[in-house]
Parts: sequence; structure tokens; C-alpha cells
Amino acid sequence: MDLSYTAEEDEYRARLREWLAKVLPTLPAKPSPDDWPGRRAYDLGWQRMLYDAGYGDVHWDASPTTRLIFLEETEEAGAPYVGANFVGLLHAGPTIAAEGTAEQRERWLPPVLRGDEVWCQGFSEPEAGSDLASLRTRAWRDGDDYVVTGSKIWTSHAEVADWCELLVRTDPSAPKHRGISWLAMPMDAAGITVRPLRTLAGSAEFAEVFLDEVRVPVGNRVGDENDGWRVTMVTLSFERGTAFVGEVVACRRVLGELAVEARRNGRWDDPVLRRQLGRLNAEFRALWRLTQWNVSEAEASGGVPGVGGSVFKLRYSHARQELYDVAADVLGPDSLDLERPWVLDRLSSLSYTIAAGTSQIQQNIVAERILGLPKGR
Amino acid sequence: MRFQLTDDQRALQAVVRDVIGRSSGAGPSWRVAQFPAPLKAAPLLDRGFWRALGDLGVFSLRLAEADGGAGLGLPEAVLVFEEVGAALVPGPLIATHLAAGVVPGAAGGETVVAAADGRLVEWLDEADVVLPGAEGAVALRSVDPLTPLHRVPAPARVEPVAVLLTAAEQLGTAGRVCGLAVQHARTREQFGQPIGAFQAVKHLCAQLLVRVEVARAAVYAAAVTGDPVDIAAARLLADEAAVRGARDCLQVHGGMGFTWESEVHLHLKRAWVRAQRGGGNTESEELLAADLVGGAV
Repeated sequence: MDLSYTAEEDEYRARLREWLAKVLPTLPAKPSPDDWPGRRAYDLGWQRMLYDAGYGDVHWDASPTTRLIFLEETEEAGAPYVGANFVGLLHAGPTIAAEGTAEQRERWLPPVLRGDEVWCQGFSEPEAGSDLASLRTRAWRDGDDYVVTGSKIWTSHAEVADWCELLVRTDPSAPKHRGISWLAMPMDAAGITVRPLRTLAGSAEFAEVFLDEVRVPVGNRVGDENDGWRVTMVTLSFERGTAFVGEVVACRRVLGELAVEARRNGRWDDPVLRRQLGRLNAEFRALWRLTQWNVSEAEASGGVPGVGGSVFKLRYSHARQELYDVAADVLGPDSLDLERPWVLDRLSSLSYTIAAGTSQIQQNIVAERILGLPKGR
Repeated sequence: MRFQLTDDQRALQAVVRDVIGRSSGAGPSWRVAQFPAPLKAAPLLDRGFWRALGDLGVFSLRLAEADGGAGLGLPEAVLVFEEVGAALVPGPLIATHLAAGVVPGAAGGETVVAAADGRLVEWLDEADVVLPGAEGAVALRSVDPLTPLHRVPAPARVEPVAVLLTAAEQLGTAGRVCGLAVQHARTREQFGQPIGAFQAVKHLCAQLLVRVEVARAAVYAAAVTGDPVDIAAARLLADEAAVRGARDCLQVHGGMGFTWESEVHLHLKRAWVRAQRGGGNTESEELLAADLVGGAV
């Protein structure tokens, strides 16, 4: 067991830190949350800077440890997160890299890396949430096109995306996992309507996407027809790999700030609250160690993230909610003031036990795939 | 960074597991089959098995090779104590381990060393040596039938290594009760199917594993760094994983879990004993809180 980094890794960290110190002050002002074109330009611009400096493909080609260092350092330096590039870099991109043809990789991957194109995700549907495989958006073959009709939900960045990674049903007579195909849909195609959805935090983070006889070329299908479920699982396992590195770093910083605020406003003198903060320190230290453990495991197994991601997400999503509940305890009445720090974060933390597989689904995954308990209800 | 067990560490784990498993067949008193009812008197320590633990290196493994040890470090010690913790091996293991090289005979398992830890001493009557002494010790009727306890008037200071090794034992228990719960959930049938097919039971088992894995990362990392704040974190998470884990394991076992003949209660009671070491959790929580503001309280 070794927690020290190699000389090469230390050097990578030092170079990255130096580069971040140089470029972060040159970034334009952050756009407001409702300014979608502004957010798109800002996030793509950041990706372009990473690309030009040789960090553009860190999510794909770097070793898990290098990726860990990258995410840790960028978060600590206060660099922008992937933002609008999330689906392109962490979902659709890796899927195309793993399952696409040479031609498809050539068409779609460089624009993502260079910060030219934005992707969004069309997986969930109003009637297909946790039971994603029951999705009903239909695609019929018509010559060299699929004609797609249906609706998608929880699609982030739909307003400003160039492409949508879309799951459609191509064989309704097959068992539900076997009749699904994975398509790259151009978002400027005729027949697409985007309706923004506001979250309980007040921001328009995602949208509903309605598809009315949208034509998608057959050549935009990645993987075989009706093999989309397997193709999708490749994508989802990427999401549960090193996805939370930056967030754990951020949570540890927030925890430190909370302690400082508690000392300032006197709440620190309450031993119950103080010990709760101590417990959260233990919790996030352990989550950081578990991240390092999982990354080392991925390193040893050739970069493939394991089901350990579900274990991590279960604990982390809960810990994050607890962190902001304790923040509210520190703030007292100010916890009801949206202008105060942490109040909006408390609201958005509520999605963590739901998005990307609810805690209940994650517990099924852990129990069935790791512990070997029987499938059932 | 390679935060995984090395091949040598895996081999060590396997050897310890094997020796404890084989010896238990030979008759140490803690095995459930030989322990059908509450004991009338305090349990006796099996001196032959204690020497076998000494031969295995449980007490001497961190001594330098020149001093008759194996020259291994805290990570190896943690792996060994995880195994003895999981197997409910009785006796003042940590006190004797820490006395190796200090008290003659401790390293080889000839001498049994007990130590005051917080307000308690485990295995006082069976010990040859008590550190730092046990003046005014009064026996209490121990809730754990396999750990005799005395109360001492003045709290004794506990060193971080002792806390870390306790966390390792708790981790062992956490892993063991998770395994027991899953085993039961797979085989016990009700309503025509294994109870592990029901989500209510499945989710209890999943959380058992989550707590084990989080505690494992914390305990192993603390063994690598030896940092007191890491050790405090390891302790809190391992206590939670062992105590909550044993409780949930008992729940999964239903009525059988409430019986004396099921081994579940022994794990829970031992976890409770260990959770009291070092005066309980408060000190660890305060240390972790102070760490958030740069160490000042």
C-alpha cells in the first residue's frame, strides 16, 4: 500500500499547478447561470485552453492517477469544471472512442477535445427513469435515415448543444434491453423542441426534449442496431469512475470554511455541532482515501472503473447532503437567505441521491452485483 | 501511488487467516460450539494458543529483525489485527503487541500483557504484566462474555497506534458481520424466496458493505500515514462500521440473531467493548474538529 506519488506524477502536478496559476487570472468573467450562450462560450473556451496546453484529453487518455491529480489540482485552483463539455468529454466521447468506427471517431471526437462542439444526453424519458431500459422513444428505418419520435427529459445543455447522444427503441418486439440503439442526433435537425425545466434551486439546468419525426442518418448509429444498451453501459461506467474527485476536494474546502464561520459566529462553542463537523472531517477524509483506493484499483485493472463507483456514490451523495445540512446549522437563520453562501448548494445537493442512479437503485446494484444477492423485488 | 495490497500483504493476510482458522478447530474457548451458554466464571486465556499467536508473529511483527521481529510496518500490523478482530480472537492482543520488545516474553507469546485503556482494563486477571499498573481496579460483569473487564479510577492515556489497531479489529468485525448477513440473506427463505431478494433486506446488506469499504480505505490509509488525525478518522468510521454493521447483521438474522447460539451477538458485544477504548469517540471527534481550524481548539 503506497500513497506517495512517483517523481513523474509529482512533476505533472507541479507543471499543471504552474500553468493554472498563469492562465486562471486571464479567464473572462463567469457568465450568469441563465445566460446559456455565455455559458457555452465560457466552457468551450476553457476546454480550448486545456487542449492548447496539452490537457484536452486528460479524461480519456491519461492514466487514472494522472486524472486524479488533474481533477484535484484544477479544483483546488478554482478552475472551471467541465460544464457544457460534460456529456461530450465524460459520456458520449468515451462511448464513441470505445464503440465507434474510425470514421465516427474522426468526425466527433476532435471537436469535443478542441472545444468546438457541445453534446447533450437523451436517455431518460418521462416514463423511463430508474427503469431506463423501458424507454419508448421510437426509431423507424426509412432509407438511409432513422425517423425518431418521442420525448426525453433531464437533458442538460439541450438549448446550446450541437449533438445529442440518444437512446431509441429500434425493435419493440425484442426484450426491453435488446431493442435499443444508440444514435448521435444533430440538435439542429427539424422536429426537435426544447422546453427548459427549472430545478427547485430556481435555475434552468436541464430540459425536456420533444422529438417529432426527426431524421437521423443511419451512419450516426454507434454500435450495432439493437445493441445500444450494452453501448450505454460503457458510458455509465465512465460516469461512476473518477467523476467525483473534484467534488470531494471541494467538499473538504467547504468544511474548512464552515469551521471558520462557526468560530466567527460562536456556533463553534456548541460541542454537538463541533463534533458533527469533526465527524464530517472523518467522512470526507475517508471518501478521499476511497477515491485513491478506487483509482489505484482502476490503474491495476487497466483503467476500467469497477462497481466500486456505486459504493462510493452511495456514501458520497449522502455525505454531501449532510454537509450542507450542517452548514445550515452553522448559519442558523441565515440558512434561509439565498444570498448567503452554501444555501443554494444545499438545495442542489438534494439531487445527488437521485441523479445518475438513485440511492435505491445503487443499493440494488451493490447488493446484486457485488454481494451476489438474488434479483427480485 | 499504488493504494492496494501488495502480493506480500495478501500472502500475510492468508497465512494469518489460515493459522487462526486451523487453531480454532483445535479448541480455543471462543468458538461458538464450545461455548453453549453464558460462562459462570471469567474465561481463561488459552496459553498454548497465545504462544501460537506469538509464533505467528502477531506480537513481534513490527520489531526489527535483529530483535527477533519481522521488521514489518503498521500496514502489515493492521492487516493482522483485522484478521484477529474478524475471528473474535480473545485476549489483550493490542497491549501485548505494543509491549513486544519492552516487556520480556511479550514478543514470543510467553507473557500476557494487559494495559489500562481509558477507564478500563481487559483481561487483568489473566495477565502476567499490567501496564502502566492497575491500582484500585474493580471487576465489572462484562457485557462481552469473552472479554473480562476491570474499571480503573484514573483514565489512562492511549497512544494513537493502539487506537489504529483497535480500528483494524473493528474493520475485521465489520467485514465479518457483512459476510454473515449476506450469507443468511442468500439462504434463509420466506415467502418462497431467499430474503435477500427483498429490497428491504438487500439495502441493509448494501449499506453494510458501503460502511466496510469506507472504513477500510480510512484504516489502511491511516496505517500508511501514521498521522493522528487520519487515525482518529479511521477510528470513527471503523467503530460505525462494526457497531452499526453488527446491529444490522442481527436484524437480518431475525429471531435467530437474538439467540445465544448465533454468533452475531458476540461480534456486537466485542464491537461495543472496542468502541469504549480510548475513552470512546469524543476525543477523536474533537481532534478532527480542531484539525479543521488548523489544530487550534
